Amino acid sequence: MESMIKQKIKEVKKGDQSSFEDIVAFYQNKVFHICLRMIGNSYEAEDLAQEAFIRAYTNIHSFDERRKFSTWLYRIATNLTIDRIRKKKPDYHLDAEVKGTDGLDMYSQLAADQALPEEEVESLELQSYIHQEILALPPKYRSVIVLRYLDELALQEIAEILDIPVGTVKTRVHRGREALRKRLRHV
Amino acid sequence: MNCKQEAVALMHKYMDGDLNKEEERRLRDHLQACQACQSHFHELKRTTTLITNTMPAQAPKDFTANVMANLPKEKKRRNYARLFQSHPILTAAAVFFILMFSGIFSAWNQDQQVTVSKQENLEIKDEVVIVPEGVTVNGDLTVRNGDLRIEGKIDGDVTIINGDIIDGEPDGSIDEELDSSTLRAYTGELTEVNQIYEWVWYQTKGLVSDIFSFGSDE
Repeated sequence: MESMIKQKIKEVKKGDQSSFEDIVAFYQNKVFHICLRMIGNSYEAEDLAQEAFIRAYTNIHSFDERRKFSTWLYRIATNLTIDRIRKKKPDYHLDAEVKGTDGLDMYSQLAADQALPEEEVESLELQSYIHQEILALPPKYRSVIVLRYLDELALQEIAEILDIPVGTVKTRVHRGREALRKRLRHV
Repeated sequence: MNCKQEAVALMHKYMDGDLNKEEERRLRDHLQACQACQSHFHELKRTTTLITNTMPAQAPKDFTANVMANLPKEKKRRNYARLFQSHPILTAAAVFFILMFSGIFSAWNQDQQVTVSKQENLEIKDEVVIVPEGVTVNGDLTVRNGDLRIEGKIDGDVTIINGDIIDGEPDGSIDEELDSSTLRAYTGELTEVNQIYEWVWYQTKGLVSDIFSFGSDE
């Protein structure tokens, strides 16, 4: 599959716009997925994913064919999404640590209301609950968790996509995982 | 083993697949002994299972078509842009020509004042430069934005920019005698520059000959 994509990229570089269609079709779900899980609303996710593909197309000549295309494409998508998150009004109040406690945030105070009776949890509801919890993470943890668990990318690849050292990726994965453990323990 | 620090760090390393044999044994031993860490480990594993097993999102149906419809059209201009990107020398040449020609054009439009190269014994009257009778001008003569009337003699080349050469007789009678007298009036070449393209050509020629004379000086 990788070689098919490489061939298509060569054709796009030569000016064949229609070859780009296969690339979009192949990666659309992954890119949309990353954007959606990071931004949390499908309208914006579609907008961001579309923008990511258009940027990839207009900058295709700066793509180094010796590297992995998906890494490059995901990098465009995550950068766009992170920029969008930054521009939005930050709503970290639920994440802010409560002063004088060790790692307790406002979520731990609300937990009782949010825990749903297990018999009532439909699979879909559980899914959206998990997505909500991922969205509640601060963006820097959110991005690594999305890439690590929803796309099951290797730590090295995540480091390349986000342009941070592998050690930092690991630290963020650990912290993100701990934060989610606290939020999902009653599920 | 310190539960909070070490054991939890080992759990995360385990989940990243970074644990070596020795660490794995230590973690296992600790988990068997410590109830709190056991449940912590269990929760972590359950969390990763939960987030791994969420359904992948599907892009909207007409996503690909929308992207394709919004792509910029392949334009000639983009091709030029790419050409300049991939050939820096071309860019340098283009910039050089733009600067050179804009310099020449601005010099053309600069001043409408009559200017004459530095020579003695010249008279300037109503935008006409006169070489008086009986006077011999030594060296090349350049007249800008004015006409030239030669009554005496010039020993060298004559260049007239944006002007004409006017014959010696005020009544403007043209005869063979005038031709011969004018021919005798200067010893070098006569160059007249009246149009902007001539001006450009004149400048370019000057530049090229400058370059070559620099070369020959060395």
